[in-house]
Amino acid sequence: MAQEGTLSIKGIFEEAGNQVLFMFRFFRNIFRFNFEWNELIRQCYMIGYKSFPLVAITGFIVGFVMTLQAEPTMKEFGAESYIPRMVAVSLIREICPVIIALICAGKMASGIGAELGSMKVTEQVEAMEVSGANPIQYLVVTRILACIFMVPLLTILAEGLGMAGSYSAVNISGHVSPTLFFNKAFSSVAFGDLLPSFIKTVFFGYAIGFVGCYKGYNSDRGTESVGVAANSAVVNASLWIIVIDGIAVQITNALGY
Amino acid sequence: MSQEKITDEKVSESGPVIEIRSLAKSFGSNEVLKNINLDLNKEENLVVLGKSGTGKSVTIKCIVGLLTQDKGTVKVFGEEVAVLSEDDLKALRVRIGFLFQSGALYDSMTVRENLEFPLRRVLMLKDKAEIDTRVTEILEGAGLPEAIDKTPSELSGGMRKRIGLARTMILKPEIMLYDEPTTGLDPITSKEISELIQSMKKNYHVSSIIITHDIACAKIVADRVLVMAKGEIVAEGSYDELEHSKDEFVNSFFK
Repeated sequence: MAQEGTLSIKGIFEEAGNQVLFMFRFFRNIFRFNFEWNELIRQCYMIGYKSFPLVAITGFIVGFVMTLQAEPTMKEFGAESYIPRMVAVSLIREICPVIIALICAGKMASGIGAELGSMKVTEQVEAMEVSGANPIQYLVVTRILACIFMVPLLTILAEGLGMAGSYSAVNISGHVSPTLFFNKAFSSVAFGDLLPSFIKTVFFGYAIGFVGCYKGYNSDRGTESVGVAANSAVVNASLWIIVIDGIAVQITNALGY
Repeated sequence: MSQEKITDEKVSESGPVIEIRSLAKSFGSNEVLKNINLDLNKEENLVVLGKSGTGKSVTIKCIVGLLTQDKGTVKVFGEEVAVLSEDDLKALRVRIGFLFQSGALYDSMTVRENLEFPLRRVLMLKDKAEIDTRVTEILEGAGLPEAIDKTPSELSGGMRKRIGLARTMILKPEIMLYDEPTTGLDPITSKEISELIQSMKKNYHVSSIIITHDIACAKIVADRVLVMAKGEIVAEGSYDELEHSKDEFVNSFFK
């Protein structure tokens, strides 16, 4: 029993060490000669643009449902006019960044994990390595950077569509002019709401890309390991998103935002 | 370290291009290689025969630094692979071609992009006309000019191996390592691949190690044959010598 405990602690340290080494390889290869711009753009398209419909629908429905759920209670307190403000602040500060990051973890991290895992299984990564090319630069750096760029952009998009969803929900029971609704919504949103939220999503993007690449690149042989890599990429990325969110809230509170 | 330096200072014209001494490699408690000693001479086709799991692929992965040995030395062009820096290893790998069992084509790219990949990323070529010329030439050499815009999923097993070989040869390596090049192919395609390997030697003067358990392939390409069993080399000689060996195990390969 004691030995099992020792082995698992050793395994945890080994895994942590491997992740740190992988992270160093990523940062070192960002600044290497002959950066893969074309592949970065392709990955931004594959990872970001192709997630657009999913993120757009999610953002719209989150705003829509949140408004419908809040409306009766707000009416009870005679505070209907606060709905746009409440929805705007909630979506921008917390709900959209976390929900969109979790959705991206499901779509991007699993996709990256499965893609790199299958490349590993079919010896494509080794083929790249023995040809003298740099697989970390070509496969890993481009995917992590694409996630870092695209997750914040998708979150901003979801926030905008979330507000549109909220406006649609408000108009189910009566007419509210768009000017009034959006003026009220954005009058309560300050720079201190936008910046921490944006910075948080950059870290979410990094976590999604890094975990996906790490799990895929280090997957074992055999087709089963592709599924394992994709699955553990989603689980680990989701966990990291929650942890980063917890830390970010503490930091923003401490800084008074 | 430049390629010229390695060639001029370390390798004589007649010396072996690969020297392996007392190579041993284990995975956990599984001792895959015990004591491998092997030389590959210039412009020689060396066939390594052996049953699956005897460490043939592990040996050639140690040669290109994909795996690091536990004991022994692997020298390529006189340089010990295990102690090379990352940049020196990369420079060395450009001079070594490696054909994987599956062909290992990048399946998100077309055949053209697969062939352009090493030219753009390893040789850093930018001139589109030069890249196009080299891609067309090598595809014609592989006998598949019509496959240029196809994706790997549209190719048969034999075509994948041919394209994989073309992608490797486009960098004009001096050494080729073939990992079971005819496995999973029908006898006719196997023969075509074996003849292609032979033509690579004649046309490009490469030295090759061919890992296989296909006797028909060995007969066509071999200048010399090694037989491996349980992580050791148990027999060495020409194809004809080993074909008439009195050793029961060696003989069983040729039946």
